[in-house]
Amino acid sequence: MIWLTWRQFRLAASATAAALVVLAAVLALTGPGLASGYSAGITACTRNGDCPRFFDHFFDDYQTPFLAVAVVVLILPALLGLFWGAPLITRELEAGTHLLVWSQSITRTRWLAVKLTFTGLAAVAAAGVCSLVVTWWSTPLDRSAAPGFTLMDPLVFGARGIVPMAYAAFAFVLGVTVGMLVRRTVTAMAVTLALFAAVQIVMPLAVRPHLLPAVSASFELGPENVDSFNKLSDQEFPQVILDAAIPGQRGAWVLSSRLTDPSGRVGGDGAPVTVRVSTTSGPCAPSQHSQGPGKGFDTCIAEINRLGYRQEAVYQPFERFWAFQWIETGIYVLVTAGLAGLCFRWIRRRLS
Amino acid sequence: MSAVLRAHDLGKKYGKRWALRDFTVDIPAGHVVGLVGPNGAGKTTLLKLAAGQLTPTSGTIAVLGGRPEAEPAQLAMIGFVAQDTPVYAGLSVADHLRLGARLNPGWDAALARDRLERLGLDPRHRAGKLSGGQRAQLALTLGLAKRPDLLILDEPVAALDPLARREFLQGLMEAVAEHELSVVLSSHLVSDLERTCDYLIVLVGSRVRAAGEVEELLATHHRLTGPRRDPDRLPAGQHVVSARHTDRQSTLIIRTDAPIHDPAWSVSQVTLEDLVLAYMDEPAPAPLRPVLEVKR
Repeated sequence: MIWLTWRQFRLAASATAAALVVLAAVLALTGPGLASGYSAGITACTRNGDCPRFFDHFFDDYQTPFLAVAVVVLILPALLGLFWGAPLITRELEAGTHLLVWSQSITRTRWLAVKLTFTGLAAVAAAGVCSLVVTWWSTPLDRSAAPGFTLMDPLVFGARGIVPMAYAAFAFVLGVTVGMLVRRTVTAMAVTLALFAAVQIVMPLAVRPHLLPAVSASFELGPENVDSFNKLSDQEFPQVILDAAIPGQRGAWVLSSRLTDPSGRVGGDGAPVTVRVSTTSGPCAPSQHSQGPGKGFDTCIAEINRLGYRQEAVYQPFERFWAFQWIETGIYVLVTAGLAGLCFRWIRRRLS
Repeated sequence: MSAVLRAHDLGKKYGKRWALRDFTVDIPAGHVVGLVGPNGAGKTTLLKLAAGQLTPTSGTIAVLGGRPEAEPAQLAMIGFVAQDTPVYAGLSVADHLRLGARLNPGWDAALARDRLERLGLDPRHRAGKLSGGQRAQLALTLGLAKRPDLLILDEPVAALDPLARREFLQGLMEAVAEHELSVVLSSHLVSDLERTCDYLIVLVGSRVRAAGEVEELLATHHRLTGPRRDPDRLPAGQHVVSARHTDRQSTLIIRTDAPIHDPAWSVSQVTLEDLVLAYMDEPAPAPLRPVLEVKR
């Protein structure tokens, strides 16, 4: 049965393997240069004490390829579900060949078990290899990533570590299940894509933030968490916009970051908040700016902190990255197992 | 030897529609059984039930003494060539033989090779490029080489031209003689079955209309022609299968074990085709009506 599974699958397998080899080759050729550029930059910036600026520049330079490879890892499971999972059974049903193979001396349960296991493990392996090379290549960029692109952020989290393998297993079995239920390859592919995309959107937005209780804390304002501070000429007071970053918690996944004023009123997430600090006299007056670059900002921020403005943040610390990876992998594995169970029930009871 | 196919009140329902119901037969081994009926009569459903590809909704079925549930030992005893003789279009002829060898413990590689050689099928040919007749032969070879005790074929020749049809049935009959198989073969054309079968089941509207050995069926069915008369007034024991009337004449096809004595009839032989057509013509038997009570 393994021979037949391989015989039917080898074309798709070789095509995917070839694409992965190309990806791995490109990353293997460019990865060492990226890593040495990073370490050279680090050595230089620790001498000047200007590492945040180096991180910004370094990440900006490589942002496009960084996102491109992340998207490859995110899309691969969907493709596996679409092109390996959905047609696995429907192709047989459409050609009627399921009746040929089921009338050999092999039960259809065993037939499905071999097909699911063999092709499913290949899908997991493909996603694993893809995630591995991309995680390796992106290491310098992950260390210098801008807020919003760190390892914990939804876009990158799903493209690193072990979760891509769980996504692939889920997408593949989802494709098989949908195929069994709708019995038409093209319909099954469309439904699989829609369902998988929905799950992949709902998971980081609605489920993942609650997998572990998030940390809530308030922080003083500082260069790390203030995105912009400016005063429009027609307004009396300046406005502050907060960054989705936590002071002293590099790489944390910020679920909400809001500015509260001294009376405890909370501003909107990422919305500008008017800070009632005098800009005509005192630390935030324009005259202070002449004292030297950066100086005026620091003293003004200190004054704003003194008035009682704080950042109220809810976040998942960076240290939980692997905990989240394992929990999410576990969830996907359970759902995958449930779908596989449904497939076996269906093939025994309903399909023929 | 036990019955090759024994069914009691067998039924299969799809949603609300019965594809087959009240099916009761007992077919001894060693026959070539023809299953005939119009399209949609339930032939495929019956054959899939026998091959263990479907589970019945009601009743029981035993094939070669065992329940045809999909378990390897039972599957190994039954060869099944499904409708339209499906083969893997992307696989070569040789791949199909390998498939058979890997999935069947009792695989007869020599038989398969010899058969394909005799048919002139190139093992390197892709199955998708074969003609309909060659494809049917390949599917039959797969069914035969697993060395089953019973071979089930669902409309194997429906898509074939007359020449390929004859060749296929000839090949089948040779294999039957050589390996002492029982065969169940369905068709909606009687002519296909006439040459091959010695047992016939007529299935119309999901129910069996007639079942028995061909010789016996032919001996017990007669065509009566005579002056017009009401078919209800025939003697007991003469069952009317079909009746046609003109103004002056009646033509009946009846089933009876007893000789026909009425001199008003001229009695003639029926062919298998007449017989099957008569059953297909017959309106579905009305469901038993409740006896009307007289209201006072």
